[in-house]
Amino acid sequence: MTRLRLFVPLILFLVICAVGYVGFSLNDRHQLPSALLDKPFPEFDAVSLLNAERRVTKADLVGRPTLVNVWATWCPTCKSEHDELLRISAGTDIQLVGVNYKDDTNQAQNWLAQFGNPYDLVIVDADGALGVELGVYGAPETFLLDRSGRVVFKRVGDVNPRIWRDELQPRFAQLGVNIDPSLMNGL
Amino acid sequence: MTMRLGLIVLLTCLASAGHGASTVDVLAFDSEQQERRYKALIDEFRCPKCLNTNLSGSDAPIAQDLRRSVYRLVREGQTDQQIRDFLQQRYGDFVLYKPPFAGRTAFIWLIPIGLLVLGVAVLAALQLRVRRQPEVALNEQDSERLSRLLADDD
Repeated sequence: MTRLRLFVPLILFLVICAVGYVGFSLNDRHQLPSALLDKPFPEFDAVSLLNAERRVTKADLVGRPTLVNVWATWCPTCKSEHDELLRISAGTDIQLVGVNYKDDTNQAQNWLAQFGNPYDLVIVDADGALGVELGVYGAPETFLLDRSGRVVFKRVGDVNPRIWRDELQPRFAQLGVNIDPSLMNGL
Repeated sequence: MTMRLGLIVLLTCLASAGHGASTVDVLAFDSEQQERRYKALIDEFRCPKCLNTNLSGSDAPIAQDLRRSVYRLVREGQTDQQIRDFLQQRYGDFVLYKPPFAGRTAFIWLIPIGLLVLGVAVLAALQLRVRRQPEVALNEQDSERLSRLLADDD
């Protein structure tokens, strides 16, 4: 009994190690689980970036699978994922919708003119109100919506070849999006 | 003289710089009670971007946006619970420093209770051990020696 008691500190130490190991190896501790997952995309009413006359509402996002990408010109990661978005836009028939988040409209327009426009439609969210509805806490963020406008996947951070291969492409296929064969093996 | 003046200016600048660093939004409220509720609420929520800061203590743009949302909802006359639900629906349990009791969070809620029970058990075990020790009666010789020792203070 007393012999056994000598091992108590060691056992405690090992328990602390185990808790620490599990806790610190948790994937993406900085990534919040999206509260919007499996829920319908919120209703909104906003202006199009490239046509100030045009009102955009949720009705524009339903009817076909849609990828909603929250971006801004002040966000460096948005620049780094831009080429991936261009390739996805060119190689699939998904509807790609941009949300220009807390940005300067002129700068955003110039940005698209300069680097190319992957989006079918860009929504202006100058004050971040739509961002709050979406639970956005940093750009870029990307939401995948099914035909009914339900959020089936959310990515916080850039869309990179790994995310395309592991997360987006299988879900695109599930939703019945046509994917160009050249994209089937990666971006 | 100029040096002293310079020092004063420098100190004043430093003091006001310290002031500017804390987040102070200039907001108008209908009543003092409304303002108190707003302040309590932004103290209560956690900033989604910055892990260990509440909304009132954060300069992150998202914290500013959420403070504005809370302000708007307070002005609209929503109850505290409605505002909590609003944020939770959009940002999940993460924004609540007090997560609800559910399957995933049961662990964190139960740890303190478990530790309390463990502590009580250990205390009780120690007490029991002390009581179980047999009391030794002193014989006459020993008790005499004891009183002599006690009396012999110095």
